[in-house]
Amino acid sequence: MASAEEVAEQAERREIRGRWLLSAPALIIILLAATGPLLIVVIYSFLTPGPYGDVVWKFSTDGWLSVVMQRDIFDDTLAFADAHLSIFWRSAKLSFLTTIFTLLFGFPTAYFIATRPARQRDIWLFLITIPFWTNLLIRTFAIQEVIRNEGIVNTVLIKLGIISQPIQMMFTDFALMVGMTYVYLPLMVLPLYASMEKIDFRLVEAGYDLYANRFQVLRRVIIPLVKPGIVAGSILVFIPALGAYVTPRVLGGTKNMMLGNLIELQFGQGRNWPLGSALSISLMAIVMVALLFYVRSAGRQGGTHG
Amino acid sequence: MASRFDIRRQTGFATIAMICFFALYLPIITLVVYAFNAGSSIAIWEGVSLRWFYQAWNNNQVVDASIRSLQISSVAAIVSTIVATMAALATTRTKPYPGLGFKYAFINQPLMVPEIVTAVALLIFFSRIKIWTGYSGLGYLMVAHTAFCIPFAYLPIRARLENMDLSLEIAAADLYATPWKAFRRVTFPLLWPGILAGLMLAFVISLDDVVITEFVKSGGQDTLPTYMLGQFRRVITPEINAISTVFLLISILIVTVFFFISRKKDQE
Repeated sequence: MASAEEVAEQAERREIRGRWLLSAPALIIILLAATGPLLIVVIYSFLTPGPYGDVVWKFSTDGWLSVVMQRDIFDDTLAFADAHLSIFWRSAKLSFLTTIFTLLFGFPTAYFIATRPARQRDIWLFLITIPFWTNLLIRTFAIQEVIRNEGIVNTVLIKLGIISQPIQMMFTDFALMVGMTYVYLPLMVLPLYASMEKIDFRLVEAGYDLYANRFQVLRRVIIPLVKPGIVAGSILVFIPALGAYVTPRVLGGTKNMMLGNLIELQFGQGRNWPLGSALSISLMAIVMVALLFYVRSAGRQGGTHG
Repeated sequence: MASRFDIRRQTGFATIAMICFFALYLPIITLVVYAFNAGSSIAIWEGVSLRWFYQAWNNNQVVDASIRSLQISSVAAIVSTIVATMAALATTRTKPYPGLGFKYAFINQPLMVPEIVTAVALLIFFSRIKIWTGYSGLGYLMVAHTAFCIPFAYLPIRARLENMDLSLEIAAADLYATPWKAFRRVTFPLLWPGILAGLMLAFVISLDDVVITEFVKSGGQDTLPTYMLGQFRRVITPEINAISTVFLLISILIVTVFFFISRKKDQE
């Protein structure tokens, strides 16, 4: 005879097994078509490029080496791969600037929505949600139509006689920044709004009672209160911006590549899959560091505010 | 007096917010308006016409790509919602058990890796499998889409489940309902709005995908977004605007329904 304790333990074990079985299909699909292939990328980064793309199964660290270095084709000396480094630098710079600009525009917008009467709030929120779920490609295309040489901005300016030649905006870093700020703005507004919705305005009132002016209240009361939203929004914008592929492909030219396009190049014309794999893992590593930073900062917030 | 000193007000914020809403919608509205242009420019207005809609409708490539998109997204949305529902049932309303944290991290993993990296990984993996099996159909795209849709389907279902307590299911079990019967008659009807929200979210995410599809597709497997991406390199006519407009309309429709379902859930 099993004791009551054993029976309970058995039942619990059966339940846990049931729960594993129930989640197995989801886990297997993700293992098969997301996590597993990522591990293969790691392996590929240590192989030798094949002549027509793909790889030859021979160990090599050249893929990783060429992320930062390039071998001179004449005398075999190593030098820094300026082209790659400048693309890394451009990606980091543009993603950072995009984060700053979405924050500068998104913060007041989220605050505006959060301080509307409850009924109106849903409408404003809905207006942010629509672009959020609208195809990124269509939004990129929409902004392209605005800034291209024959686009609305240039056409209007020429008709008004302000300029005689269209201003070249397409295929510049400026276009990339405008485009990314445009497409990622909703990603900043939504988390900011979520934390602003919870602001206890008695604290703001207390600030005014202590003779703070509007700016001081904003800086010393509101911003510290919504800091988790600021961090979350920045992460949500920075990470996809760093790996952006569609926006730079449509708005940038071949001279304005970002990391995503450099990676694609290695799998297309570049025919250097190991280098492409090494670049992908580098990108992933940067993203992981950013996420770790976020988790730690979110943990700290949780600790101090209970 | 309240209007003279509103403690919530911050100078200039309302103006910036209006600029943002204007800037968000101006390009989209422009895009839609020029879809109705009679001329073949996307910047010079030559009168109202539906010719670009007709042209898109009669463009076999567009029609084929749309059908392919719908096939892939329907399969991906349905499969991912089913497995996400199962996973949500397995990971909520329980005391922590070994592996629970691992499951959360694993299910959300596709959200944490940049899309381009997943795309490259799938390109490598599937190109191997294509060589081994000789199969090069839409199955790869369907599996890939299902995988990245799972976390999106999972989120609303899990959120809904966490607000449901177990007492009704326990009552059903007390009345000799089998676990399946209890699920079908009790859990499922209560969970339905969450499942529907997950399904629609997954569908929209799959329908919008460009990057992963672009890398995974074989020749002649363009979906609507990758077809459009290919067209941007050419001379752009308002046909692209017309396609975008229809696409936009479908997205907005789905999002609107989703928005109201999730609103209703909050009010309950």
